[in-house]
Amino acid sequence: MNPLIEFIVSALILLGSLFALLGSVGLARLPDFFTRLHGPTKATTLGVGAMVLASALYFTATRDGLSLHEIAVMVFLFITAPVSAHLLAKAALHRQTGREDEPH
Amino acid sequence: MKRRLLPRPALSLALFLLWAVLSNAASAATLLLGALLALLLPHIAAPFWPDAPRLARPFVAVRFAARIVWDMLLANVAVARRVVGPLAKLHPAFIEVPLELRDPFAATVLGSIVSLTPGTVSIDVDRERWVLQVHALDAPDPDALIRQIKQHYEAPIREIFSC
Repeated sequence: MNPLIEFIVSALILLGSLFALLGSVGLARLPDFFTRLHGPTKATTLGVGAMVLASALYFTATRDGLSLHEIAVMVFLFITAPVSAHLLAKAALHRQTGREDEPH
Repeated sequence: MKRRLLPRPALSLALFLLWAVLSNAASAATLLLGALLALLLPHIAAPFWPDAPRLARPFVAVRFAARIVWDMLLANVAVARRVVGPLAKLHPAFIEVPLELRDPFAATVLGSIVSLTPGTVSIDVDRERWVLQVHALDAPDPDALIRQIKQHYEAPIREIFSC
């Protein structure tokens, strides 16, 4: 494999891992549910985005033809991640208001 | 007749491309099967789609997508810095963004983009008042964030779907 491509692939994997780690750090450190929601969205966008790009590049370089099904991974992630975040947030809001209604 | 055959040309095209990308090998047989699926699936799925707006400005959409990717990169770095920095300095806030668009599909697109941009998660689209509820990780100036969402994202989406 071309050393330049090798370098780019390694850099992308490292970048992706870094942002996946930062997303997890956010999940662990942030104080409440709603701020914690922000960690995973970051990990999925840049973290997985960079790793998927690295995979596409690597398999395009090492095998015949373009490797493009990684794009499908990205498309599905980008469609589903906001939906799950939205439902989690809605459920949390619902439970919160439910608690406030209970007699103390 | 053309309309009957392809009720959603954009959806058909997307399905066909997705099929080609998934199968990862452009042989004539897989492409033919993809074309067949792209023809059939929109008909089968039609009852689930209320009434999707027309993609009025596809080229604006492409430029908009590029800008979202760029915004995501910037926002990722900004949020990363906040996550490792002192947490006491954060100003998390619930924000209500009044919407001018009046289309459920466009509102969903806007909500998804807001969620994918790190630092903001959309919580609900209120379709009675047309308000987008957003939770921001760090918003010392909520009005500035509202203005940014409206100018950066809502305005182009309204242009793209002409709604």
